[in-house]
Amino acid sequence: MPQIFHRSANYLSRASIIGAVVLIGLLGFVLWEITLSPWYTDQEVAKQQPVPFSHRHHAGELGIDCRYCHTSVEKSSFAGIPPTQTCMTCHSQIWTNAEMLEPVRASYRTDQSLEWTRVNALPDFVYFDHSIHVAKGVGCTTCHGPIAEMPLTYRAGTLYMSWCLECHRQPEKYVRPKSEVFNPFYKVPSNQMELGRRLVKEYKIKSLQHCSTCHR
Amino acid sequence: MDPEGSHKNIVVADPDPIIAPGQTLTSVTDKISSIVLTPGMTKGWLGGFTVGVLLLLLLNLVITYLFAFGVGIWGINVPVAWAFAITNFVWWIGIGHAGTLISAFLLLMHQRWRTSINRFAEAMTIFAVMCAGMFPLLHMGRPWMFYYMMPYPNPMWLWPQFRSPLVWDVFAVSTYFTVSLLFWFVGLIPDLATLRDRAKSKVSQVIYGALAMGWRGSAVHWSRYEFASLLLAGIATPLVVSVHTVVSFDFTIAIVPGWHSTIFPPYFVAGAIYSGFAMVLTLAIPLRKYYHLEELVTIRHLDIMAKVTLATGMIVAYAYIFEAFMSFYSASQYEKFMLLNRMTGPYKVVYWGLITCNLIIPQVLWARKIRRSPVALFLIALVINVGMWLERFVIIAMSLHREFLPSKWGMYYPTRWDWATLAGSFGLFFVLFYLFIRFLPMISMVEVRSLVHQTDEEKLHV
Repeated sequence: MPQIFHRSANYLSRASIIGAVVLIGLLGFVLWEITLSPWYTDQEVAKQQPVPFSHRHHAGELGIDCRYCHTSVEKSSFAGIPPTQTCMTCHSQIWTNAEMLEPVRASYRTDQSLEWTRVNALPDFVYFDHSIHVAKGVGCTTCHGPIAEMPLTYRAGTLYMSWCLECHRQPEKYVRPKSEVFNPFYKVPSNQMELGRRLVKEYKIKSLQHCSTCHR
Repeated sequence: MDPEGSHKNIVVADPDPIIAPGQTLTSVTDKISSIVLTPGMTKGWLGGFTVGVLLLLLLNLVITYLFAFGVGIWGINVPVAWAFAITNFVWWIGIGHAGTLISAFLLLMHQRWRTSINRFAEAMTIFAVMCAGMFPLLHMGRPWMFYYMMPYPNPMWLWPQFRSPLVWDVFAVSTYFTVSLLFWFVGLIPDLATLRDRAKSKVSQVIYGALAMGWRGSAVHWSRYEFASLLLAGIATPLVVSVHTVVSFDFTIAIVPGWHSTIFPPYFVAGAIYSGFAMVLTLAIPLRKYYHLEELVTIRHLDIMAKVTLATGMIVAYAYIFEAFMSFYSASQYEKFMLLNRMTGPYKVVYWGLITCNLIIPQVLWARKIRRSPVALFLIALVINVGMWLERFVIIAMSLHREFLPSKWGMYYPTRWDWATLAGSFGLFFVLFYLFIRFLPMISMVEVRSLVHQTDEEKLHV
């Protein structure tokens, strides 16, 4: 009776055992990398805006306080997007003829809001409140990244649940003194763990991890 | 007195042998492999397969409609949120248990009569578990999120709720399926090699050859084969008990009267084997008739299976009686009401149907004449299949429709989609089973040959 398979079938079948394991492992790795990639998460991907507003210039170089524009951050769940009038407090006086700012002036003239592209958008099934985080010593830059160095604003975190839980499980690693919350140049001190533990106690920070904390 | 000698005399004088006399190694192989290797389809096979395919198409329709419109197409709602789908799940997974018992447990117990029936019983197990596994997935509101049930690294940092029996179910059923499939495949390897060697067409040679994984029948191969079979039997045997125990936890962990009971694990396991043996009989009796396998699956086999069915049926009957007794003995008004409601409530027909099918009718199996009559046995097996399905409905849906608060009482009525899903699962099962009997040896040639060899040896030594 002639052979059905060539001799090489022996090697192929053995290689296929290892090959299957490697392939499945590789597939898992690739999927995991895609999940974490900026291509999928938009992390650190700067968005085009109607006006190329630079946080680096305004918050960094000029040192305008975050709350000058984001007025409701201490009182509301939503930090607030400034109305055109806020821009015009300065830009009615300076750079009044700049080409770049024409959409702002147009918005002011026509009373039509500027339509900014949302950078940090949580899904609707997540409840998030800015005011409580700010009140408990979570700095702007803890979540929003080095905002004072962003010429165009980008998302600093993945906004994955794991990203939220990193802090919710160990708030002492991230919390800072309340006086430093709005400091965009705040550097994490070398004694963060010690300071953090003290602040967690002092500010009565709870490590909230119930599903219903955010998924109400 | 030489006990061994007298034992051998009994074997020779056995008027009721496990396989009919006159079988040789060649005749066994010819008989079984010819079913697979004869080209073309017989009319009976084609007819049955067509019915199966039609039902499978119905299942396809149901699933499409279900995914488009959600579980609301079924009759389920609060309070009866679990009904047909879960009933079907428990019923199908119970069916599988007989296959594992026959192939694994009886192998370890050196029960030789298992050899003619283990292959298709194992196939039945695998297909039944596939049908069963489908139902919890379909029953999910968002079935495309099924992988949330598995613990896998994810950017939500979220694990399944390990305290939930529904997660235990996922592990129990997937383990069961994997082990059953491996066990079945390992057992098939020498037979696949036989088919490879006997196949005429190049295509079947290549397919059977690839599946036989280079089996040459060397002593090393045999030794490893025996060892692997034994190991897998050792792994599979606890599963006979554990899988349906975990399934019963789906109910017992809850506090609903009619679910919250410590008798459930053994009761479910016995019920599973009971329904499984009924299903093996349902499949074996037409198969042996149609393919003329009466010499391999003998009346003796039917007799033994009927005895196992009767024995497990008596355990189940004991559980029914004690479930009733404990309801009164508990002195809990809710438990008492649950039982009264079963017997006299709106679904009383289902309860008494279950008692008739599972408890009363199978008592005729005490008669040797009935146990040895294929037609009677086939009918009784069908009755038990129905009875076991009713039992799961009684436990699952009937416990929910009258819970603690009268304001939470309601009724469940199956819709046409409920029935279509049940019928469709039969389509899946029968299509797989028909393909199996057409393309794989439905009786283990290797094991029956070794049985023939053993009986011949015993005769020689007298």
